[in-house]
Amino acid sequence: MQLVLERIEQKVAAQTYLYPLDLTLVPGAVTVLLGATQAGKTTLMRLMAGLDKPTSGRVVVDNTDVTGVPVRDRNVAMVYQQFINYPSMTVFDNIASPLKLRREANINSRVQALAEKLHIEPFLNRLPAELSGGQQQRVALARALAKQAPLMLLDEPLVNLDYKLREELRDELTQLFAAGSSTVVYATTEPTEALLLGGYTAVLDRGELLQYGPTAEVFRHPKSIRVARAFSDPPMNLLKGELSGDAVLLAGGVRLPRSTSNATSTNVTVGIRASALQINASATTIALPGKVELAEISGSDTFVHAETAVGEVIAQFTGVHQFELGANITLYLQPDQAYVFDANGALLSAPIFDSRQ
Amino acid sequence: MDERRFRKRTLFLILYLVFAILPVYWMVNMSFKPNTEIVSTFSLWPKHFTLDHYHTIFTDVSWYSGYINSMIYVAMNTVISLLVALPAAYAFSRYSFLGDKHVFFWLLTNRMTPPAVFLLPFFQLYTTLGLMDTHIAVAMAHLVFNVPLAVWILEGFMSGVPREIDETAYIDGYSFPRFFTTIFIPLIKSGVGVAAFFCFMFSWVELLMARTLTSVNAKPIVAVMTRTVSASGMDWGVLAAAGVLTIVPGAIVIWFVRHYIAKGFAMGRV
Repeated sequence: MQLVLERIEQKVAAQTYLYPLDLTLVPGAVTVLLGATQAGKTTLMRLMAGLDKPTSGRVVVDNTDVTGVPVRDRNVAMVYQQFINYPSMTVFDNIASPLKLRREANINSRVQALAEKLHIEPFLNRLPAELSGGQQQRVALARALAKQAPLMLLDEPLVNLDYKLREELRDELTQLFAAGSSTVVYATTEPTEALLLGGYTAVLDRGELLQYGPTAEVFRHPKSIRVARAFSDPPMNLLKGELSGDAVLLAGGVRLPRSTSNATSTNVTVGIRASALQINASATTIALPGKVELAEISGSDTFVHAETAVGEVIAQFTGVHQFELGANITLYLQPDQAYVFDANGALLSAPIFDSRQ
Repeated sequence: MDERRFRKRTLFLILYLVFAILPVYWMVNMSFKPNTEIVSTFSLWPKHFTLDHYHTIFTDVSWYSGYINSMIYVAMNTVISLLVALPAAYAFSRYSFLGDKHVFFWLLTNRMTPPAVFLLPFFQLYTTLGLMDTHIAVAMAHLVFNVPLAVWILEGFMSGVPREIDETAYIDGYSFPRFFTTIFIPLIKSGVGVAAFFCFMFSWVELLMARTLTSVNAKPIVAVMTRTVSASGMDWGVLAAAGVLTIVPGAIVIWFVRHYIAKGFAMGRV
């Protein structure tokens, strides 16, 4: 299915929720809507579904204008962040309800198959309230999948689940999306989730669509600082610098050898992903000596906040490491791993990625 | 220590029960005594047990028709109240429209007005329209008080249901009437029960309107009961029996909705 949004804008009273944007979804693929809360992900999704009517602009599905067509007459499926099921119906009836409404054949076996796929088979005769959160969300997913709608919208479906369950369900979802032929739109606040789901990513920030493209492409070549910031977790280190010949001069006299063409002014911002900073030196790295201010362990990664000559930076190391607070630390940076943005925040030069990335 | 506290508690409970039940007990007690015993002696239980008073009520058409009339207009009123209040409450809970909060409050102000205020307009209007002494006349008069109450109660229950359920149903392809009856109403059935109960109770005990707007054909039991005063004095026994029978429907309804009422109180809308 081809979904095209043309100059879509959404205003509620005096507040603008979405600034005019154009978006053509890649059919049959997963599109991740990435952005912080308040970025307009849910608003955009509701417009796609037809739950809300845009203030201006057109929603076009397969070359037909469907702007203002009520959601009942569109063929979409949606899963919410909250676990939304029909509380008075059993799990079976919940999953079967879109099928029953369309009077489809062999409902029984189809519900059974879906329940099996999502591991909720033993609970088919229970009420949703008698299930755990993860199971309830599986029921909601099963109901959305049952419809086999050409457009499937998922609004942060995993955010209310615990860590383990989220990983497990995300893997299953990736497989389900790959197996199906629907166009999937998946909203999330987490850059890692976007990378894991792959497909295409649309980066939203405060009601604006900043960039849309293949996920890896957007990750590697963010158009601007805002995209890079939205697509980095922990936040990207942004350092003010000055262009001088084939190098960027950073605060504290640190010289970052990096040639950039087509810069209009010498004021630039250097962006360094936390994972680009390392503890081990190699031939081409430049050293950033500093002091550990804070070290925290998240999952199997260690985040170190360090005060260095170029300012405060955050570094991410894989594995669990111990750092004394206040201890001296030297961080090493491959110059070609840095992003360079111009004074307006547009990308001047992106790192060169080798096959490892 | 423990035992003394236990005794204190028991004593308090017994006292409470005595005070709460005594008036009702006394009425039941009276309804089984002959009139001579009622007026002449003090007895805690009927010395000469009799069912004559109940017999009178169940055989005298002017008595039992009072019950039938009351039940007819109360049932009409409850059904109409709910049918009107359900969509109204849904609109108030789901949509925002110009002046929605004012209209909601204005509805409630109807409840704040004493029934007597509306008595004269209703009397005049019904006389002109020829609605006097009909069941529907009383039922409609009571709507002025019951619809706002039902809307208020139901709106509270409906706002407790996430809006996403409505949207999911539309996405699934439910039409509005089908969604409302098969998915939404079951979710707020305790609210419907509580609203129905309050409509029933108000309409059942309301005397002023019911008596003024009826004369013969739709005369309610509360009005019939005032008839027992005659030249030969009060017929205490029959009055007490009628009183007992008046409590019965209310007691039955309370029995059915008792759990829901607790829930309604917890939601802060009763």
